[in-house]
Amino acid sequence: MPIELKNLYDDFRDGDTIKAYAKIISKDAKKLKNPINIMEVCGGHTHTIMKFGLPQLLPSNINFIHGPGCPVCIMPKERIDHAYVLAMQEDTILVTLGDMIKVPGSNGSLQQARSKGADVRFVYSPMECLKIAEENPDKKVIYFAIGFETTTPMSAVLIDQVIKKDIKNILFHINHVTVPEVMKELIDSRDIHVDSYNNKIDAFLGPSHVSVISGAKIYQDFPTIYKRPVVVSGFEPVDVMQGISMIVKQFIEDRCELEIQYKRVVTYEGNLNSQKLINRYFDKVNLFRWRGLGNVPDSGLKLKDQFLQYDAEVVYKDILPIAEIEDHKLCICGDILRGMAKPTECTIFGTACKPTSPIGSCMVSSEGACAAYYKYGNLI
Amino acid sequence: MNKTITIAHGNGGQENSELIGQIFYKHFQNDILVKSEDAAVIENGKLAFTTDSFTVSPLFFNGGDIGKLAICGTCNDLAMMGAKPKYLTCSVIIEEGFSSRELEKVVRSMKKELQINGAIVVSGDTKVVPKGSVDKLFINTTGIGEIEYPNISASNLKEGMSILVNRDVGCHGATIFAAREGIDLTTTLKTDCASLYPEIKALIDANIPIIALRDATRGGVAAVLNEWAKASDICIEIEEDKIPIQDEVKGICEMLGFEAVNLANEGTFLLAVDKKDEDRALEVLRNTHQNATILGTVTNLHNQKVILNSAWGTKRFLDLPSGELLPRIC
Repeated sequence: MPIELKNLYDDFRDGDTIKAYAKIISKDAKKLKNPINIMEVCGGHTHTIMKFGLPQLLPSNINFIHGPGCPVCIMPKERIDHAYVLAMQEDTILVTLGDMIKVPGSNGSLQQARSKGADVRFVYSPMECLKIAEENPDKKVIYFAIGFETTTPMSAVLIDQVIKKDIKNILFHINHVTVPEVMKELIDSRDIHVDSYNNKIDAFLGPSHVSVISGAKIYQDFPTIYKRPVVVSGFEPVDVMQGISMIVKQFIEDRCELEIQYKRVVTYEGNLNSQKLINRYFDKVNLFRWRGLGNVPDSGLKLKDQFLQYDAEVVYKDILPIAEIEDHKLCICGDILRGMAKPTECTIFGTACKPTSPIGSCMVSSEGACAAYYKYGNLI
Repeated sequence: MNKTITIAHGNGGQENSELIGQIFYKHFQNDILVKSEDAAVIENGKLAFTTDSFTVSPLFFNGGDIGKLAICGTCNDLAMMGAKPKYLTCSVIIEEGFSSRELEKVVRSMKKELQINGAIVVSGDTKVVPKGSVDKLFINTTGIGEIEYPNISASNLKEGMSILVNRDVGCHGATIFAAREGIDLTTTLKTDCASLYPEIKALIDANIPIIALRDATRGGVAAVLNEWAKASDICIEIEEDKIPIQDEVKGICEMLGFEAVNLANEGTFLLAVDKKDEDRALEVLRNTHQNATILGTVTNLHNQKVILNSAWGTKRFLDLPSGELLPRIC
């Protein structure tokens, strides 16, 4: 029988299965000594949790903390300004992914740049840059690369092609970030960058698509060194409910382990070819500034020194703004990302800060915690 | 309001309402306009009057083209006010260099659709503009219809009434998205683009008391439900697993991160009737589309909001779509 797309989600949204997991979790949760706070690291999980109303099914001693895993949300304004400045250059086509074009920088969003005449395109696959570059030989195509480990291999394949085919008119602005480093920072920051003192995170729901590439191994330190269980989980509601159930069981059985819920795709080692390709073209940057959180050591990627001629940040160095831009003083995204507050506790949530006019990082993309709360409401 | 107009201002959702409210209503304001129904009711309730412009890209797509759309769009707006489409105007703006054969193809499909509605084009205008001024071909149609069933309004919904949909949702939006450049999808999906007057006529002929009617074009089913909830100051609760959606539409939504209820339709409408009439209404609708269904009920749980009830007992808001529909990243 051929696999159809619906096989990949239909059964994982089955009402009876979800209800059955809710029952198991409620029963197990009675044996918990203390309430537990689970951080779902990824914005995709936040979206699933809110869209499918999962908190309404859970007992009051299980609480979600919505993590920083939304690549659009955590992009600091100064880097969005880079994109804007690049897009406004003569004979330039700025290409990026999805809702990056909606996020406002200090001059406006890429969408607004487009309405002022800039050629801004969003693509589903970065490989479409090859076609755009071929059709526009007299223009520079700048790929504004964003995303976690999940989208990094596509950028690596694109640069691999650009070099092999000796394409002269594609440049890269790299904003790839990595998940484990920011997770560590959120629970064990002993430096001035991110204040993780008194954090409330007891366990992590790990994003499975990151581990499809990097393997579950990237989370190994959390149960062993930091004493936080991790369950790498899929994105459908049944996946998330099963993942939560696995975490609760670890607590009541006094275990602290790395487990994989999303076994249908994720392995411990991950995709080794992808990892090799990423390592061929990218190096870690010492510090990457996360919007809402601040500087996080070793959490970003850049092109290796021998590929500088493809790096738009180097080529356009003279025109790109460098000053860091802080978020509004009333914005509490930093606290939300650390589990110290819920979106609804923010004084500007839903009033000054809305999806159509976002002020803080958690509202800018549909996968941010505030945007998910705003969109789906809190009907508990 | 932004200093410049962006694509999001034409999305049929929040920004669109802002644009209309803060610029057009502000200056054009009058009692008929502010009702913001699909078509204006004029001449003491005898006539319905409406206009619509069509800029779809690509011009030809699976199951239709810009010509069919231009007739269906305007005629459907009239039909949604319980009117029989009678007279239309047709204005075209053509980009220099456009193929006359393709133009004729478009006009032929307009003619075919006019016949289905029993309407005629009685006036028109053509403009040709330099290359780059428009994208190939834009069409505007304006229509007058004779009201056969009066007093249909978005403001008449009351607690206990039933909400029905005439067919599966999201086909048009999904078809157009799949056909657009930049997203390489092969699909057999067809637009739902169709003239709705025959279906409305059947409801009227069967003596179904119609409370509200609206075709779910830009902004999709979600936009119509939200408009009704606000206009009537009630809550609409929808059973999520009752919403008919084709597998292919679901698939495209899953891949790109959309919701079918936010996608545009061109031959899909929502109907509100009293609870006691729901079965008879459904029977009439099913004569055209087997998958017509009862979606939910009007309640007072959270007025001015639409709530989706899941199969596992949770509730969430179904909000007006906002922004440009963009694929998610990961």
